[in-house]
Parts: sequence; C-alpha cells; structure tokens
Amino acid sequence: MHLAYPAVLSALLFCTGLYGVLARRNAILVLMSVELMLNAVNLNLVAFDVWLSRTAEETLHSGQALTLFTIAIAAAEIGIGLAIVLAVYRNRGTSDIDRLRDTAEGHEPDGPDSDGDATAAEKAEATA
Amino acid sequence: MSLASLPLTVAAPETHGFLSPTGVEIAFLLVGLVTFGAALITVTTRQLVHAALWLVVTLGGLAVEYLLLTAEFIAWVQVLIYVGSVVVLLLFGLMLTKAPIGRSPDADSGNRWAALTVAVASAAALVWVVVDAFRTTWIDLDGPAAGSTEATGASLFQNWVLPFEALSVLLLAALVGAIVLSRKAKAESASPPVNSRAVSGGSPSVPDSRNHPIRRKEPVTGTRATTGSGSTTGTGSTPGTASTPGTASTTSAGTAPGAGSATGAESAAGAKPATAAESAEQEGAR
Repeated sequence: MHLAYPAVLSALLFCTGLYGVLARRNAILVLMSVELMLNAVNLNLVAFDVWLSRTAEETLHSGQALTLFTIAIAAAEIGIGLAIVLAVYRNRGTSDIDRLRDTAEGHEPDGPDSDGDATAAEKAEATA
Repeated sequence: MSLASLPLTVAAPETHGFLSPTGVEIAFLLVGLVTFGAALITVTTRQLVHAALWLVVTLGGLAVEYLLLTAEFIAWVQVLIYVGSVVVLLLFGLMLTKAPIGRSPDADSGNRWAALTVAVASAAALVWVVVDAFRTTWIDLDGPAAGSTEATGASLFQNWVLPFEALSVLLLAALVGAIVLSRKAKAESASPPVNSRAVSGGSPSVPDSRNHPIRRKEPVTGTRATTGSGSTTGTGSTPGTASTPGTASTTSAGTAPGAGSATGAESAAGAKPATAAESAEQEGAR
C-alpha cells in the first residue's frame, strides 16, 4: 500500500478536527473534535509503525505502543473533560464556550450579566 | 507533481497509472472517503446528537483502516474504547447538559469562516508536504501481520513496561480527578470504588463492563430513597436550599438537569445523574 493514503487521510482528519475545535460552540462538540484529531494522530502512528516494522532491522513497535497509550490518555481526557463540562454546566447553566468570558480582558460586561441570567433561570427551573 | 497530483491522490487514483492501486488500496480509499465524509458531517451538522452518531461512523471507519493496515489489536481496542465507551460518554454529556434535540441554530460560533480558512490552509499545507515527502514510499503488507496481538503484546510487555505502569498511575489520577470533579457537595467518600477500579484499570475494558451492573446497585438504592418520599423530597426541598448561597446552590443545580430533562418517572430523573457519574468514573478507570 502506498504510504500516502493513510498519511493524507490522517492529515485531512486532523484538519477536520481542527475546524471543529475552532468553529464549534458547544463544549462537548469541541471535545468530539479533539477526539477526531487524536484519532488522526493514531492513524499516522499505526501506518508508520507498519511501514517501519518492514523496513527496519529491529523494531520496538513503538507506533502501536504509542497508539495504545494515546487511546488510553484520550479516554482519560474525555472523562476529565466531561466532568469539567458538567461542573461548568452545573454552575453556569450553559456549556457554550462563547459565553464563558469571565477572564477575558477588554470585552463587554456580558459575562456577569448573562451569568446572572443563567443562574436565575436555573434556579427557576430548580424551583419549578 | 505535488500540487497537481493532490486531487488525483485523494479522489481517483485508479484512473492514475502512477499509483497502480491494489485491492487493499482501493478498499482503504473507499473506507477513507466514508470516514472523511462522516468526520465532515460530525463537525458541521447542526444536530448535536447526530454529531455523536456520525462520530461513531468515523471511529468505526478508522477501525476498519487499522484492520487494513494489519493492526488488528489496535482496531479492536479502537472499537471497544472509542465506539463502545467514549461515544456513549459523549452522549451522556450531551443529554446531561440538555442539548437540544433537533436542529440548533447556534451550533457554530461566530468565527466559523476564520476556522474554515485555518483548516483549509493547514490541510493544503499538510497534504502537500506529506504527499511530496512519501510519494515513493510503499508499505509492505505481505507476510505475518505487523500488528497482531502477539506482536503487540510482546513489544508492549518487553519494551514498554515502564510507560505502561506510568500510564496506569495516570489513569488512577484521572479517575480520582473525575470523581472529585463530578461528585456532589455532600457526597460520601468513594474510596472502595477507587481501589476496585485501580485493579481493573490496567486492562482496557472488559472488567469495567462486568463491573458496571454490580456498581449500578448503589445509585438504585439511593434513588429509591428519593422516590420513596416522592417528588416532594426531590424538588420540594430544593427551593429552601436554593435560596441560600454557597454549596446549596450547587446541589440544587446538580439535581436540576435530571429533573429538568425528565420525560417520565421520577426514578429515571433521579438515576440519570447518578449513572452519568458512574460512567464518568468508569471512563476514568479505563
């Protein structure tokens, strides 16, 4: 198999994930795009490991070992990331990363205002 | 050659004599097109749940690509962990944050065109460099599989033992972090699950799926306490605590997603955050 096939597919998937990370608004969709980017890297690692295990004299199968490590770290990352997103949602009532601007400098005072609205709506839901 | 051959490399190499595709290459190309298309739909669709479901197609397509590259162990790990648990966890997250079912008009933020520009530019640069660098490189897929379970296991436990153990420590840290982040304000200590998860954390996913129905009994009993007293305990006590600031507001917010998204019984509403916390810590163990 030509090595360009998995390499090109991996590059395209990575850039698709890059677009998703930059363009999405919901934090969980951003996490999905991060998963896409990690999978693109995994495909690259596997392809180059298969290629090098034929051409090299002696191989450690480092590509496949690193792929397994990446998968495990991605699973840990998605667990922690979702826990953070749920904590943010619990406190703010939203998971839109565009509205989490409390630490931004020089922006409009939109952050505390929408924050107050969100907590008010959330308390209204809790009492309903 | 480089820029001119890009569309041919991606789209239709079987008409291009330079590559002279084999059957494996054609299969890889077709599955790759499906994978890439599903990835595009994943990042562009306006229905949030559909994005997670198209992500399943993308990850499954990548598992097939691993199989075509003779990396069978990686392929099955991909199916088990990504398709089996990560997507399920993402769906749990979508439902717990009350993602709208159906089309949501604000799925994309305002900097969409800047993101598209960056992505297309980086894709063009990467594909150009990669094709130009590896245009005379071929993978030899004949002979014994390079990524069989035997080869992967031997190399993993001969040469990669120390990173493997360090990874288990990292998974333990992620597990504890997920529990700390996702527990309620007055939750009791969760140290027995920590120990049991740490034992099963090294092996990918089979013991967790076996542990899951056993561990689910705890939130069921906890839920039964709330359902026994009915909705007056679950939601009736929250106005009193919601009026007080501090930790009480976080507990009332914690019950809010389950109670808000309840379509039917109260028990389902109570069990939903509990099972989500369960799956979160299960994912941390993995």
